[in-house]
Amino acid sequence: MADLTTNFAGIPSPNPFWLASAPPTNMGSMVERAFDAGWGGAVWKTLGEPIRNVSSRLAAIDHGAQRMIGLNNIELITDRPLDVNLKEIYDCKKKYPKNALVVSLMVESNREAWHEIVKQAEGAGADGLELNFGCPHGMSERGMGAAMGQVPEYTCMVTEWVKEVATVPVIVKLTPNVTDINYPAEAAVKGGADALSLINTINSVMGVDLDSMVPHPNVNGKAAHGGYCGPAVKPIALNMVSELARNEKVNIPISGIGGISTWQDAAEFLLLGAGNVQVCTAVMHYGYRIVEDLIDGLNNYLDEKGIASVSEIVGRSVPRVTDWGNLDLNYEVVARIDHSKCVQCNLCHIACEDGAHQCIDLVKQDDGRVFPVVDEEECVGCNLCYLVCPAPDCISMVRIDDGKEPVSWRELNG
Amino acid sequence: MTKKLPKDQIEKNFSPIDPLMTKAEAKVESNRCLFCYDAPCTRACPTHIDVPSFIRKIATDNLKGAARVIFDANPIGSTCARVCPVEALCEGACVEKTLVEKPIEIGRLQRYATEHVTTSGKHIFEAGEPNGMSVAIVGSGPAGLSCATYLARLGYKVTIYEKKPLAGGLDTYGMAEYKMTQKDSLAEVALVESLGVEIVVNTAVAAEETGDRRPETGIGTWSASDGHRGSQESEIRNQDGDAAQSSVLGPQSSSAPHHSSLITHHSEDAQYSALSTQHFVSFEDLCERADAVFLGIGLGDTNDLNIPGEDLEGVIDALSFIERVKTRDWESAPLADTVAVIGAGNTAIDAVTQAKRLGAKKVMMVYRRGREHISAYDYEYDLAKKDGIEFVWHASPVGIEGNGRVEALRCRRNDGSDEEYTIPCGMVIKAIGQQKQGAFFGSIGLETDEKGRVKIDINRMTSRENVFAGGDCVNGGKEAVDASQAGKLAAMAIHEKLTGETVSFAGAGGLLRISRREEREDTD
Ligand SMILES: Cc1cc2nc3c(=O)[nH]c(=O)nc-3n(C[C@H](O)[C@H](O)[C@H](O)COP(=O)(O)OP(=O)(O)OC[C@H]3O[C@@H](n4cnc5c(N)ncnc54)[C@H](O)[C@@H]3O)c2cc1C
Ligand SMILES: Cc1cc2nc3c(=O)[nH]c(=O)nc-3n(C[C@H](O)[C@H](O)[C@H](O)COP(=O)(O)O)c2cc1C
Ligand code: SF4
Ligand code: SF4
Ligand code: SF4
Repeated sequence: MADLTTNFAGIPSPNPFWLASAPPTNMGSMVERAFDAGWGGAVWKTLGEPIRNVSSRLAAIDHGAQRMIGLNNIELITDRPLDVNLKEIYDCKKKYPKNALVVSLMVESNREAWHEIVKQAEGAGADGLELNFGCPHGMSERGMGAAMGQVPEYTCMVTEWVKEVATVPVIVKLTPNVTDINYPAEAAVKGGADALSLINTINSVMGVDLDSMVPHPNVNGKAAHGGYCGPAVKPIALNMVSELARNEKVNIPISGIGGISTWQDAAEFLLLGAGNVQVCTAVMHYGYRIVEDLIDGLNNYLDEKGIASVSEIVGRSVPRVTDWGNLDLNYEVVARIDHSKCVQCNLCHIACEDGAHQCIDLVKQDDGRVFPVVDEEECVGCNLCYLVCPAPDCISMVRIDDGKEPVSWRELNG
Repeated sequence: MTKKLPKDQIEKNFSPIDPLMTKAEAKVESNRCLFCYDAPCTRACPTHIDVPSFIRKIATDNLKGAARVIFDANPIGSTCARVCPVEALCEGACVEKTLVEKPIEIGRLQRYATEHVTTSGKHIFEAGEPNGMSVAIVGSGPAGLSCATYLARLGYKVTIYEKKPLAGGLDTYGMAEYKMTQKDSLAEVALVESLGVEIVVNTAVAAEETGDRRPETGIGTWSASDGHRGSQESEIRNQDGDAAQSSVLGPQSSSAPHHSSLITHHSEDAQYSALSTQHFVSFEDLCERADAVFLGIGLGDTNDLNIPGEDLEGVIDALSFIERVKTRDWESAPLADTVAVIGAGNTAIDAVTQAKRLGAKKVMMVYRRGREHISAYDYEYDLAKKDGIEFVWHASPVGIEGNGRVEALRCRRNDGSDEEYTIPCGMVIKAIGQQKQGAFFGSIGLETDEKGRVKIDINRMTSRENVFAGGDCVNGGKEAVDASQAGKLAAMAIHEKLTGETVSFAGAGGLLRISRREEREDTD
C-alpha cells in the first residue's frame, strides 16, 4: 500500500483527489457525502455575491455511443446565501478535520470586498482559498472570473490584495482562455500566490439543435457561449500544466484540473507536475463513488512500480518534455504488423493511403488471404496506422537504429 | 383434430425471432462497427452491400441514407435483413467476430434501416426516364423483383408474371413465419411496384395455350389439371386476416386490376378459386411482346419419397405446410400430435420448428445419415434443438403406414443392420429438396444442364436470344440474397444486350460476366 497522502502547498490531505469547485461541492451535505465516499479534499463551490442562474444551463457532446465526452455549462458561482454557505463550511470542517476543505472565492474588483470575503472564509475554517479567475461566462461579463484571469496585471493585483489578509494558503485558479498560460501564472506568482490550479473551463459553443436551430443549451430561444470541460479537454489541460511545470519562474505547486476521470488520467497529471488533482465532470456523470477506483488504481500502479509514495511521481515526466527543436532528428521508427493478430479491417491501409504516406499495401499471401504489409523504406514512422489499428499488440512501432548520433534542429541550426 | 396451442401462445411463438432493434440498441451497435475499408462483411455479402457505409449512416441517424445504400445493392434488402444466413455470410466475416467473438449485428441493423423506409412510405429510387423498351419477367421472387427494380430504374417498362395469388415468391410463401411475415414481404413488393413495375398475379407462363385462349392477347385460363399445384393454396390472406392487399392480388380482387386488358377474366364461382391460379400467358407471346424476358421461376415441387403410403391423408410436403402456416390461420393449419419431418436441410428445420410452434407435442427430424452430414446451417440446427425437436439419425423411410390416415412411418436403420422399425406419428412432412424446373425449360425449348437447371452463358443469357434467367432456377437453390444478386446482374446484362451500353449497379462491380467463382452448386 503506497502512501497516498499529500501536502499541497501546506494543506494536508489523505489522498491527492479533490473535488473541483462546481456543483458536486455546492453545499455541506454534498461535500460530507463526498468525504464519506473517500475524496481527500473539496474546493467549495465559488462564494461571492449570490447570483441568479438560468435554466437550462448544461450541454454535452457525445462521441458515437459514448455520452458526454465533453460538457459545457453556463452556470455562475453559488446561488446560495453567503451566511448559509459559511455555516455549512464551518460544520463540515468540524466533522471532517482530516479532509482538505478549500473555499473558492470571487468578488468584484475591489480590495475591501476581497478582504472581507477572505476573512469570512477563513473564519469558517477554510484550510485554503482558491481565487476563481477562470469562469469564462457570465461572471466575466461583470468584470470578474476570466476577466481577471486574462489580464496578468489584474491577476497579480487581486492576488496581492488577498495575500494582504490571508493566513491560509492561497491558490489562484487560472483560465485556459489565454494565448499563453505562462503570463497569468507568472503574474499570480508575482502577486504572492502559494499555488496555482488549472484549468478552468474553455470557451465553447456545444452545438446547434438542428430542428429549432438554436444552439445548446437553449434558454428560451437563445444561447450563450459556455465553459467546456470533461474528458475531451484533458490534453489541453495537460499541456498547460506541463508548461507551467517547466517554467522556472513558476516555483509553486500546481493543482491539475481538466478531464480527469480515471486513475490513469490522474497519474498523468501528477507525472507532468501536478501536486494533486481536482475532478468535476466525471463526478457529475457518475457520482462520488468513482473515487474508490481512483484511489485503488493509483495505489496498485504505485505498488507495481515499486514507488512508495505518490509524492515521488509528481513531476517525474517533466524532464521528458522539451521544445520541438530539441528532438532527435536521427531517431527512426517504422510500423510493423503482426499478421497473426491482424483482423483484416484494412483501416491501417486506408489511413496510411489517404491520411499519411501511402506505404501500407494490401498483399495477397501464399494462403490466399490478403494482409496489410508495410513498405518500411517508405514508412516515415508517423504512428497513424498504429493509432487506428483495433487489434491489440498488432502494429508496433519499431526502432530502426542505424547508429547515427542524435541531432536536433537546434543543433543543426546553431 | 390435433389440439393447437392457445392463439396467444402461437402468436408469441411466431413473433419475430430477431426483434426490431430499439433506437438505443441501434446506436450502440452501429457505433461498435469499425468502418473497415474494403470490408470483409461487404465482400461476404452476395449482393456486396456497402455494410460499413450503411452502418455509419445509422450511427449518424441518417436512416433514409442507410436504407438507400442497402436497397441500392439489394432490392430485397428488407427480406434479406430477416432471412439471410448472416452467420455464414456478412456476420461470419465481420472483424469484430475475430476481435471480440461478437460480430456486429449486421442483419438486425439492416432491418432497422430498411424498416424506416418500408413502414414510412418514403421513396428512395425513381423509375428512369422511359426508354421505350419493355422486359417481361416470369416469377416475382427475389430474382424477379431485383431484376425488375434495376430495369425500372433504367427506364424499362417491366411486367412481372406470377402464377401465385401473391407476389414475392418464396419471400412470401416460404420464409419461416418467425423470420418474416407475408406482410413484410408484401411491403417490399410494394417498393418495387412504386417504381412502376406491374405485377400480374395468378398468371402462369407456359409453353403454349391450355384452355380458352383470347386470340388478341394470347392469354387464357390455366387449367389446374396441368400438373401444377395451385389448388391447396386457397384463401391466401395477409397477417390481419383480411384479404391481401389489392395491389398484389389477382384479377379477381374487388378493385379493378390495372392489367385487366392483358388477362382473360375467367369467372368461376367460389371465392376460393378467385385466389388460385387460373390464367396463363404463352411464353412465345411474351417473347414477341417484350424486348427481353427474364426467367426467375425458382424451383419446382418438393421431391417425392417414392415409398408406399405417400398418398395417405396426413402426408404433406414442407412447402405446402409452410404456406399454410404463413396464412396465419392457425386453426386450419394441418397438424398432428406427433409429426415426423423427413430431411435435414434448412427447409426441414423450418418445418420442424413451425410444427412445434403450432403445438405438436412431439416433432422428429428423420434423416438417413448422421448429424455431421446435415446440410442445415449450424444455427438452424441449434434453433431446432432449442425448440425441443427430436432427431432420428441414420433412418431411411421405407413406407408410411395407416388406414386412410398416417399412423406410422416405417424406417430402415442405416447402421449396417438394415433393421426395420416403425415410428408412430400422425403426420409426415416431406422436406427432401425441390425438383428443378427442367421440364418447364424443356417445354419452352431452353437448354438445361444434366440436373435440370437452365443454362446461361457468360453474358447471363439462356440458349434463346434475349431470354435471360437467374436465381434458384439457375443455381439449383441457394439463398434469397443470391437470387437478388442474380437479378441485378441479369438486369445489367439485359441492358447491355439491348442497348450496347454497359451499366453497373452497387455491389456489381466487375461481376457482369459469369465467372468461375459462380460455379453452380447444389444445396440439397
Ligand atoms: C422453405 C424454404 C425456406 C427458405 N428459407 C430461406 C431463408 O431463411 N433465407 C434465405 O436466404 N433463403 C431461404 N430460402 C431460399 C430462397 O427462398 C430462395 O433462394 C429464393 O426465394 C430464390 O428466389 P427466386 O426468385 O429464384 O425463386 P422463388 O422465390 O422461388 O420465386 C419464383 C417465383 O416464380 C413463380 N413461378 C414459377 N413458375 C412460374 C410460371 N411458370 N409462371 C409464373 N410464375 C412462375 C413462383 O410462383 C415464384 O413466385 C428458403 C427456401 C425454402 C423453400
Ligand atoms: C456546471 C459547472 C459549474 C462550474 N462552476 C465552477 C465554479 O463555480 N467555480 C470554478 O472555479 N469552476 C467551476 N467549474 C469548473 C470546474 O471546477 C473545472 O475547472 C472544470 O470543469 C474542468 O474540470 P473537469 O474536466 O474535471 O470537469 C464549473 C464546471 C461545471 C461543469
Ligand atoms: S507509421 Fe504512418 S507512414 Fe508508416 S505505415 Fe503507419 S501510417 Fe503509414
Ligand atoms: S488496422 Fe490492424 S487489424 Fe486492421 S488490417 Fe491493419 S493491422 Fe490488421
Ligand atoms: S466487418 Fe464488421 S466491423 Fe468491419 S465494417 Fe463490417 S460490420 Fe463493421
